[in-house]
Amino acid sequence: MRIFFLREALRALKRNAAPSLAAFATVLITTLVLGVFIPVVRAATAKTNEVRNKIELEVFIQDSANKAQIAELGNMIRNINHVQSTQFISKAQALQILKQRLGTKNDPITEGLLKSNPLPASYRIHLDDPGNVSLVKSSLAPRGSDGKPRYISPAINDVKDREDDTKKILSATSTIKLLLAALATLLVLASILLVANTIRLSIFARRREVEVMRLVGATNWFIRWPFVIEGLVVGFFGAAAAVALLWIAKVTIVDPWSHRFALIAAPRTISFTLLVFLLMAAGMAVSALGSGLTLRRFLRV
Amino acid sequence: MGPIDETIKPRNGRPAVAHGQAPVVQLRDATVVYPGGNVGLDGVSLAVERGEFAFLVGATGCGKSTFIRLLMREVEPARGEVLVAGRDIAKMSRKRVPKLRRNIGVVFQDFKLLPNRTVYDNVAYSLQVIGESRSSIRAKVPEILRLVGLSTKLHDYPDELSGGEQQRVSLARAFVNHPPLLLADEPTGNLDPETSIGIMQLLYRINRTGTTVLVATHDSEMVDKMRRRVIELRQGRVVRDQRGGFYRTDGTTEFHLTAREQQANGAR
Repeated sequence: MRIFFLREALRALKRNAAPSLAAFATVLITTLVLGVFIPVVRAATAKTNEVRNKIELEVFIQDSANKAQIAELGNMIRNINHVQSTQFISKAQALQILKQRLGTKNDPITEGLLKSNPLPASYRIHLDDPGNVSLVKSSLAPRGSDGKPRYISPAINDVKDREDDTKKILSATSTIKLLLAALATLLVLASILLVANTIRLSIFARRREVEVMRLVGATNWFIRWPFVIEGLVVGFFGAAAAVALLWIAKVTIVDPWSHRFALIAAPRTISFTLLVFLLMAAGMAVSALGSGLTLRRFLRV
Repeated sequence: MGPIDETIKPRNGRPAVAHGQAPVVQLRDATVVYPGGNVGLDGVSLAVERGEFAFLVGATGCGKSTFIRLLMREVEPARGEVLVAGRDIAKMSRKRVPKLRRNIGVVFQDFKLLPNRTVYDNVAYSLQVIGESRSSIRAKVPEILRLVGLSTKLHDYPDELSGGEQQRVSLARAFVNHPPLLLADEPTGNLDPETSIGIMQLLYRINRTGTTVLVATHDSEMVDKMRRRVIELRQGRVVRDQRGGFYRTDGTTEFHLTAREQQANGAR
């Protein structure tokens, strides 16, 4: 019985080669876009979360502050709600970190340039939740009687957070996500319609068969199966071709370059096996939906 | 057409017309209204007994095809009851319609054969789509094709056959399952008189196996020759229901007159 359905479906595909090819190409392109879209979004989301989790406050200390003031400030900060831990970074340590970041530990030029160490000492504050940044900030600088914020200790020179950076990253990634989602939605719609149209042509080409089937008492599902299979075959091969292209792209482009781009190498992006599975499912779902839509309208017995 | 009589035999020795059983077809005040308000059938009440052979006659548009389509449940009655094998098909759920159609064989004027399949495949296809097993198909198809006299043309395509042969294929397809009811909508409408006789003979022989046969036709010659029950429709109403009748009530040819005389004398 299954063989009968499959044979009928393949027969129809062969006879409707041109529209079938169009539907195949659309499913291919849709799946390709989805295949690029899913890992990029996953990676972007992972990166954003990483940045969000890094949000911390830095309290820069006046160079003029003495040790007792600094220690007192440390205690005050630790007593603020939502503060998880603090880390004191002395002027020397700050210089060390900067040098490390620049990768010029023993460069005589930077040695010479940084002789006087312009960096301030600071407290790094880790919060229990990145969302509480502003709360902690206002605790560090409550508004005084004149309505202007005043630091809780004269030792504080400045308070900085990295929220601005995060916001920029967030808005950039969400724009990318939105664009890709819109594109993917349009393509999914287009491929559903094209598969639907292919099936409609196929039904039209086989209306005599359908008529005879109905006359001799074939059940609705018996009439539908070959068309559904036809749609699924288109979806399967479209998705398979897209997966093959993606794999080639992965091996030839992404893998060799991944060490250069943090985004691609982001550990939390999707695994290729899972991606393949998802794409195949999406391709098949798109075409099943396409044929289902048409069949509902055309095969009302 | 000698061998046909040998191959078609009444199954289970069933008599040609079995009275006392539920009629195969029973209509009570059946009315069909098409969308747009055209009345296809207007309060038709009649019964066709098991094993009967009946002609449906009347001018084009009188409701013959509607009658056939109603029994197939391609149209639903707006009013009244339509019983096929004791079942009211108006109340039948959509799911049961395929089962109903498996028990009705249909033949059309335009044969409705699939042009890209051979004679064998055309008949086999109708068995495949109702889920018959391969072995059963292999057994039934050659047998039925031999029965309609096409055993030498199994692998021909429909367009390689004459009209009469094509109609035989479509008859084979309709009868391969031995349905209790066979409907024919203008089966000889596209055929010349000689060929028509062959088709009618085939229908007659099918009827002799106990199958109820209902033929909608314009073929007056055929109706007059067969002299079976004639149901005449006019504008969707039954205007005549006559056993052993003619195509026209007022036939004035020599043939009609003699025949009517014979009928009056009880000779058949």
